[in-house]
Amino acid sequence: MRLRGWGGVAAMAAATALTAALLPLAAGDGAGGAASGSAPAHGSQVLDRQSSDDECAGGRPPGEPQRSWRPSGASGPAVQRILDNEQLVVGIDQNSYQWGYRDPESGELRGFDIDLAKAIAADLGLDESDLVFRAIPTSQRVPALQDRKVDMVVRTMTINCDRLKDVEFSTAYFEAGQQVLAPKHSDIKGFDDSLNGKRVCAAEGSTAEDFIKEKLTDATVVPVANQLDCLVRVQLGQADAVITDNALAAGQAAQDPSMELKGVPLTEEYYGVAMNKNDRDLVARVNKVLADYDKSGKWDRAYEDWLKDVMPGITGPPRPEYLD
Amino acid sequence: MSYPSPAGSAAPPVQPAAAAVPAQPGPGGPPVPPPSAAPPERRSAFAEGMDRFRRAAVTEPGRLRIIGAVLAVLVVVFGAVTAWQVTDRSSAADDVLLRSQPLSRDAAEIYRSLADANTTAASGFLAGGEEPREVRKRYEDDIDQAGTLLVRAAANSQGAAAARTKITEINRWLPQYTAAIETARANNRQGLPLGGAYLRYANGLMDEKLLPAASELYEAETAQLNDDYAAAKSWPWLALALGVVALGVLLWAQRRHYRRTNRVFNQGMVVASALTAVVLLWLAVGHTLARAGLNDSDKNGAQSLMVLNQARIESLKAHGNEGLKMVSRGAVTKGNDQDAYEVDYGASMTDLAGKDAETLDDSLMEKALALAGDDDAGRVPVEKAVDGVREWQTRHKAMLEADNAGNYDKAVHQVIGGANEKATGECFDVVNKALAQAIDHEQQQFDAAAADGRDALGGLWIGAAVLAVLGAAGALLGIGRRLSEYR
Repeated sequence: MRLRGWGGVAAMAAATALTAALLPLAAGDGAGGAASGSAPAHGSQVLDRQSSDDECAGGRPPGEPQRSWRPSGASGPAVQRILDNEQLVVGIDQNSYQWGYRDPESGELRGFDIDLAKAIAADLGLDESDLVFRAIPTSQRVPALQDRKVDMVVRTMTINCDRLKDVEFSTAYFEAGQQVLAPKHSDIKGFDDSLNGKRVCAAEGSTAEDFIKEKLTDATVVPVANQLDCLVRVQLGQADAVITDNALAAGQAAQDPSMELKGVPLTEEYYGVAMNKNDRDLVARVNKVLADYDKSGKWDRAYEDWLKDVMPGITGPPRPEYLD
Repeated sequence: MSYPSPAGSAAPPVQPAAAAVPAQPGPGGPPVPPPSAAPPERRSAFAEGMDRFRRAAVTEPGRLRIIGAVLAVLVVVFGAVTAWQVTDRSSAADDVLLRSQPLSRDAAEIYRSLADANTTAASGFLAGGEEPREVRKRYEDDIDQAGTLLVRAAANSQGAAAARTKITEINRWLPQYTAAIETARANNRQGLPLGGAYLRYANGLMDEKLLPAASELYEAETAQLNDDYAAAKSWPWLALALGVVALGVLLWAQRRHYRRTNRVFNQGMVVASALTAVVLLWLAVGHTLARAGLNDSDKNGAQSLMVLNQARIESLKAHGNEGLKMVSRGAVTKGNDQDAYEVDYGASMTDLAGKDAETLDDSLMEKALALAGDDDAGRVPVEKAVDGVREWQTRHKAMLEADNAGNYDKAVHQVIGGANEKATGECFDVVNKALAQAIDHEQQQFDAAAADGRDALGGLWIGAAVLAVLGAAGALLGIGRRLSEYR
């Protein structure tokens, strides 16, 4: 008996250690990525596991990776390089509904991220024909920036300390969070008891998967490779609900009107425009574009065009926070 | 009773009247009852038979009768066992040629059709809403083909439980697979990324359920083929041993005959010996030839077919994964953030051409060259396939560069063709066609060698039966002739 008791304690200790070790590792990424955002930022009351002692790279204060450089309309060396090339190369996703996807009829890229990239090009004084979209795979987002294959990445990319070691981010242009998505007529209310006994789908290795395992012991996890695979499982009756980044969940709901977001987001994470680490002047320029984008009402228009139907109630982008 | 003058050294029977024809109380009067018969004790028929036999064994005609009977029985049994064992082997050889190899070939074709359908679906999907008609048709032909062959395999695999289980399994998953593909198409036509998710789901069914079941079906059918090979090739030891014994006894009888009569030949026994020797020789040579033919069909046919089929399937998987990589657009990762389909492509390519396509070390292509390279007609298509794989890898590298640089459209064209790009799809077609050609050739080699092997035993069973009966008759006649000398 005594042995069993100690065995139980040891098992729990091991499980706790494992969870603690795994959580910070779950690499978050936005669109299409296997794992969805892992860096619950400050203020998240549900789970705020990121060790906040370590300062983020690039002088960010602990727990506030979304702070960025103060806006500037000046043309530094990076901006000048783009102007000399007469070409802005933007890495995007073309597989993320409502954010960056290819319109089947026209073959054109459309979505919230695409509109933002166009606004940046316009601010730099470039024609639409000088704006080159590169559909980069998830795994190539950081290398593409480091190798300067693209000037920036606008691809529902979550700002976090890990990524700040390799690239620079603009201020946040969208606040997202993990949320429950389920059929409209289902009795699931949100991330609560109503999920007991249900089969809940999440991307393998994602924060959502950890949430379910940790908080919903009465629910069964249905792990899949990519968040969109969850919608397939729900449609085929192999899962009852989905937990994923709500911006991506919105894309799922847009493809299947019988689905809707339930309850409130469980985390806060921020999307930013990623750029090369040495292009600080370009970051400041993009931050100026983002500030203008909000002020001019263009952000609201893009929100109405792409997201309002499935993510109602958002009044604007997160308030920009600066480093100095 | 009169006795012929004893010829040669044969000793005249001591008690001729007693037991020459024990069963019939001959005209010479009833035989003297044995003295011990006095107590009126009932004796069993067997004991009486044994007594008679013992009494017969001491007279020469009695001995001759026994020898004649033993010879006739030996030769007939030899003939019968030969006919039985040869029929067994030749029906096993028939099974190799007409049942188990075709079943194994069908199973390979089911596997190929399924993998081809999956690869084709991915390529068609990449072409978007306007999927080319020939691509759609190829997919449908593949599914039809798999369905037809599954029905045939089910009808012909009655005995094999393992095969039947796998056929049931494939039949259960196939409709789910095709349904997922249709949903993927419908969503894709509307431009919804969900279509890609359904295609990935279908691919998962194919990879985790259908192809493993098809592969196990192939293994079950191939195990049956190997069993039939073993049955057809096993030496007919019993028949051979009986033949040697029969021939030995015949030679002994003739030697005895020579010793007793000084006559060199007894025609009947000579004929019997000759016929027994012919059957024995026929059996030994026929079986050796059959074995040679079957070994040849196994080594030059069945084994090369296995390797070539495997190579073909790996090439299908590799190209399917290229398509899925472009469809999923990097959305599915494995391990260290690597594209899952790129990883799977690499695994198939390594199986196909080894770590280095120049040396082909430890690869299916290396084995295929060794096994199918026994003649020009077999080697040329395999070499063509090897060249195709090398070019394929070069083009794949170019495609990766374009994709990683964000030139998605260019990369897609580098997979499915179009826009004057050098497509990996062309190389895949070259490899697939060359391997199909090599498979046809090896199949012909197999059929020819296996038919040769089976035919080597052709007519042997009936020949053995007829010759053995004639041989037995010869032995009886030969003994009868000698026996008549005592009348």
